Amino acid sequence: MSTITQWLGSGADVEARRRMLLGLGSFLLPLLVWCLVSYVPFVWHPKMYVTAPGGVDFFQVGMLVDKPMFREEVADMQKAHQPLPEGYAANPIYLPAPGAVAEAFYNGFVNPPQTSDVPSMPASLWHSIQVIFWGFLISSLIGVPLGILSGTYSAVGRLNEPFVEFFRYLPAPAFGALAVAVLGIYDGPKIAIIVIGTLFQQVLIIANTTRKLEVTIIEAARTLGTKRLGLLTRVVVPGILPDLYRDQRILLGWAWTYLIVAELIGTSSGITWFITQQARYQHFDNVYAAIMTIGIIGFGTDLVLGRLGRRLFPWDSSQDRR
Amino acid sequence: MNLSESALPGYRHQSEAVRARFERIRAREVILEVRGLGKHYRSPQGETEALRGIDFSVHRREFVCVIGPSGCGKSTLIRILAGLDHHTEGEALLDGKPIKGPGQDRGMVFQGYSLFPWLTVKKNVMFGPQMNGHARDDAERDALMWLELVGLEKFADAYPHQLSGGMRQRVAIARALVNQPRILLMDEPFGALDAQSRAKMQSHLIDIWKNIDITVLFITHDLDEAIYLADRILVLKAHPGEVQEVIEVPVPRPRTPGQFSSPEFLATKARLEQLIHPAAEPESDDEQKVKPHLIRLTDVHDNVE
Repeated sequence: MSTITQWLGSGADVEARRRMLLGLGSFLLPLLVWCLVSYVPFVWHPKMYVTAPGGVDFFQVGMLVDKPMFREEVADMQKAHQPLPEGYAANPIYLPAPGAVAEAFYNGFVNPPQTSDVPSMPASLWHSIQVIFWGFLISSLIGVPLGILSGTYSAVGRLNEPFVEFFRYLPAPAFGALAVAVLGIYDGPKIAIIVIGTLFQQVLIIANTTRKLEVTIIEAARTLGTKRLGLLTRVVVPGILPDLYRDQRILLGWAWTYLIVAELIGTSSGITWFITQQARYQHFDNVYAAIMTIGIIGFGTDLVLGRLGRRLFPWDSSQDRR
Repeated sequence: MNLSESALPGYRHQSEAVRARFERIRAREVILEVRGLGKHYRSPQGETEALRGIDFSVHRREFVCVIGPSGCGKSTLIRILAGLDHHTEGEALLDGKPIKGPGQDRGMVFQGYSLFPWLTVKKNVMFGPQMNGHARDDAERDALMWLELVGLEKFADAYPHQLSGGMRQRVAIARALVNQPRILLMDEPFGALDAQSRAKMQSHLIDIWKNIDITVLFITHDLDEAIYLADRILVLKAHPGEVQEVIEVPVPRPRTPGQFSSPEFLATKARLEQLIHPAAEPESDDEQKVKPHLIRLTDVHDNVE
């Protein structure tokens, strides 16, 4: 049903199977690049992993040294007739191979660490999801009704939208210190940051969506005898529901982007704490695994919500546009 | 047979049967009465007078068409009657009571269908009765009856987007009629349809009108449509919108598409054309600015005509 791709050609006759293959390809392509960089020794690999220090006194087994420096030391040792250092080409520590990340991902969920000082990935994630849930719920409880009312009654809109428009430009993280002062150091300020980051956009977007409802639909309802409150509950709300649902999906994505900043406020917690801790120990495979889990959860939720949307709104043909 | 202009009977000439019919219509009570209706509104270009001194009345079960050039305010007129717009002068009375806001005593059919896309066909038709406090079961029974009347009972559970334009307009008509309004207001309802479905819908509308107690006020810009459907045609002129003439259509009933070339039909059409497209129609300023400048982009020998 997407007219634009139809006009631009190519997309018009793409049948479902081809579309799925292309979609899969969009994931496989970056993965392929990553594999190339990680597993083909002559692609990049700017470091040497030392397996035997030879005569070099500052080399240690397991050390990563720059390639030119390694070559220099080999030449020096040859000149001095000392045992040569040995090693193989490697990537910097911050770029683990896909295999290592996959292993970290698997271990993160199957064998989480038992000690209490190191956070486990599932527990961290669960904590993050709870923060998102509450943040988004509170924001929606205020933002959705306010947005709909602003879009329906121009007086309500004029009364709040200029302020909301202004507030939207204040970066949510800037309220971090204030939020801690008011709400303490635990989950309160984190939820507050997500609310501040989402709510103001939400009001404007939903007000706008509401305004786009066809006027003749409301007029038709009025000629059929619908009165004030009925117009809101029986015409405006069902009329915008599919678009509202789509807006909420996009806004949920925004809430996720605010999560990382929010979790750094007060005591670090959730997946952000997990990531910073693992980075501190240079366990970059865990860091990548955690970042990807966020992506998988976000993208997965959106996919599920998209499917659900098609089922909830069978009359709305734009729901199945992906 | 040569039907040149001079050979046509006057459009005011009515056969005995037609005259008797108009007598009968005039004997019926007045449903809608419009007296000195006018509308001013303020636009960025300044004060605009959309309608001025509109006078007419519609009798019960009469079919009145409103026709006029674009900008004559025919849509404004019907919107005022539907209660969606306010007039600034004069009065509009339905059954003797002034019109204030929309009400279920007037049904409206829009050009853009404006069905509720989230409701099935049946629930679209049930909407009116439910809004007016009828029980669900009653509303459903009425809706099914009206859907049968417009021939869409098989599509009761379909959504509007699954229907063709003509079918959607049938739903819109059923949705307006289920409230049992005194008058059905139709704002260019078939304007968006192709010629074939338009013709079908016109005869369908006549069938509906013949069989139920309903008065119709129908806006159109299509002269043939107006003559084919109407008992009387209200011809408006633009800037400001005023009644130019009220024509009693001399074409006898029952109407058939075969009458499109009958002398009465052609005489009426000639008169309407005279009223709506006067000999030298002055172009509006904007249109004068549009001057296509064609250059030859094909081989000079490659002619199509």
